[in-house]
Amino acid sequence: MEILAQAEYSQLAGTIVSGLSLGTIYALLAMGFVIIFKATQVVNFAHGALATLGAFITAGVAVELNFPGRFLDLPPLLGWSISVVTALVLSALMGILLERVFLRPMVGEDLFSVAIVTLGMNVILMTIVTDYIGPDPRSMADPWGDASVDLGFVIIAHTEIAQFLVAAALVVLVGVFFRSRTGIAMRATAFDQEAARAQGVNVGAIFAIAWAIGAVLATVGGIFGSVYPRRIGVFPDTAFLVFRAFPAIILGGLDSVKGAVVGGLSVGLAEAAAGSYLNHPLFGTGFSGIVPYLVMMIVLFIRPYGIFGTAEVRRV
Amino acid sequence: MRSRPHLHTSYSADQALMPTATKKVALATFLILAALAPIASSIPFYPDFLGNNDWMKLLSHVAIFGIGALGINLLTGVAGQVSLGHAFFMGLGAYVGVVFGAPSGDLWGWGLPMWIWLPMAGIIPAAIGLLVGPAAVRVRGLYLAFATLGLVFIGEWAWRNLKFITGGSFAGRRFPEFQLRMWKEEEPLVDFASDGVWLGFEISEEAKVYLLMLGLLVVATVLAKNLQRTRAGRAFQAIRDRDIAAEIMGVNEFKYKLMAFGISSAYAGVAGALFASFVGRQIPETWDLFLSVEFIAIILIGGAGTVSGALMGSAFVILLPRLVQDFTEWLSNVIADGEGLLASVADAVISVSPDDFGVVNILPGAGPGLSVFQLNQVLFGLLVILFMIFEPLGLYGIWLRIRNYWKGWPFTY
Repeated sequence: MEILAQAEYSQLAGTIVSGLSLGTIYALLAMGFVIIFKATQVVNFAHGALATLGAFITAGVAVELNFPGRFLDLPPLLGWSISVVTALVLSALMGILLERVFLRPMVGEDLFSVAIVTLGMNVILMTIVTDYIGPDPRSMADPWGDASVDLGFVIIAHTEIAQFLVAAALVVLVGVFFRSRTGIAMRATAFDQEAARAQGVNVGAIFAIAWAIGAVLATVGGIFGSVYPRRIGVFPDTAFLVFRAFPAIILGGLDSVKGAVVGGLSVGLAEAAAGSYLNHPLFGTGFSGIVPYLVMMIVLFIRPYGIFGTAEVRRV
Repeated sequence: MRSRPHLHTSYSADQALMPTATKKVALATFLILAALAPIASSIPFYPDFLGNNDWMKLLSHVAIFGIGALGINLLTGVAGQVSLGHAFFMGLGAYVGVVFGAPSGDLWGWGLPMWIWLPMAGIIPAAIGLLVGPAAVRVRGLYLAFATLGLVFIGEWAWRNLKFITGGSFAGRRFPEFQLRMWKEEEPLVDFASDGVWLGFEISEEAKVYLLMLGLLVVATVLAKNLQRTRAGRAFQAIRDRDIAAEIMGVNEFKYKLMAFGISSAYAGVAGALFASFVGRQIPETWDLFLSVEFIAIILIGGAGTVSGALMGSAFVILLPRLVQDFTEWLSNVIADGEGLLASVADAVISVSPDDFGVVNILPGAGPGLSVFQLNQVLFGLLVILFMIFEPLGLYGIWLRIRNYWKGWPFTY
């Protein structure tokens, strides 16, 4: 074991930490995407816009509105958490509104037409949010800043610890949700909308809940994608995080929540590993950014429905 | 017979490109008028502005995107394979064109004439399309859209890093000019890249390029339209409508999907090479996901699966920004002219100074509103959504309804 020098250990550990932190963001984004897809049969190309807009709303609530700091003098972490929860509620409402206005008229249309509607939504939302963000990134005003803990062999940022805890909590929450009455109703809706309706499930409400959950998860992903180790604030290219999360979704299979988590983590690890080990000049610049797509294409070639996805039964 | 457009008494009549005399006359008139656009100002009753150089450029742009749209229409509209990878193949075509066509210098270039580089810009992307095709054929439906989306990002990485071909990120390079030569001689046979005199008419560079693009578009359209009524074209449509049923009837799914990929990539490559040379200088970031989305939007707005829809769609998507720009300029003139209801409505829409509140800014940095460019983006997204919700057949569907209304007029119930 002496063959591996100390430096190589810490490079490996650093790669794993940054891979997991990237991976949890992908997993959050992918989970929201998959929940929306399963419950409402909508392939949401506007998920990146949801993440960016959510993070922007958070910045707006925490910095511009200075809520709740302008009314109460709270400790930074509690105050910021309240701002974030407020922003999450606003994002959820936004998600519900988008579904109601643009996607409810498309219920029953084929997947592709609906996907195109979300592409249009993405263009509109991204244009508006880009205009409002302006040339400078908006700070998240998170209480951790660039603080980090040094464990000797690896340095972990406080934001990353927070992110692991929040992500783990959200994964558990989603798991619990799917076992609740509403969660079971959502699974029934995902299985067959008409049959669920016949059993007394309020399908419209389920759609709204799915979009609210999707928007909340996207916002959390967007927030953690715009803080210290990665960015100094929300920027329009936060949306690209979601384009990198698509491979995670495909890897796990479009309709598997478990797959989204596994896919997100593995894509994050692969990207971080490529970033720290594949630095031969032949790979050029930005190779780690396309590793997720390469992984996705290889997986699709071997298993055209992803690893955990259900193979479509083809009938005439 | 003449008044019954759907009465066909023979198979060849059913398959005819131009089933009725009305269609023939209308198309011929349209083509003649389009060809006469460069000398618009010397023809009575012809809208003069079409002959202006900037309108010539816009119309060339429409023609180039029309060629690209025919390609994606073949793959997505006719064969039903949703691809977001069109931008990748356009970029590929552009860079193949520049390697063959540009004079050698710091960057790669073999300085070959246009009759070589333009076809090569179609052939090599088609070959690459056939190469990645087998992987794509295995993947169905939405998974295919995601796989081709990956292609765009991988392509962008490649273009940024192949500096000796593409000129590198945000630098780009010059693309070959439209000049017809036999081989590498000094004087081109036909020079589309400078002003000149044709048939006694003074003709500008822009008008020459427009006529060239119009010609190429006509060729591309005839090929695409013809393809749809061949054995291969019918196979594409069968696969789109019901793939298993098609296979059971003996349509070789693998072969025809691959063929659709190849032909569509060839169209994309040619369109990409033309577009790059038309603009003159292109950066690797041109060939991004938004370009692919734009092409998907073109065929959806026009009407997926129809040749005329692809052309109407590209005209609509390219000309809309210009119309919006003209309209906002007109509104700001209304404000400047003074009082009245119209002026106050215009004032609410447009902000002309930093503290003015309006939806649209004329000056950069004025007020909180959107710039004209951003307004165009928003309108583009909105139109895509509205077409998908209200008229999935697109402009072609609207045209069908208008035509059917007048077919039965005055008994339109």
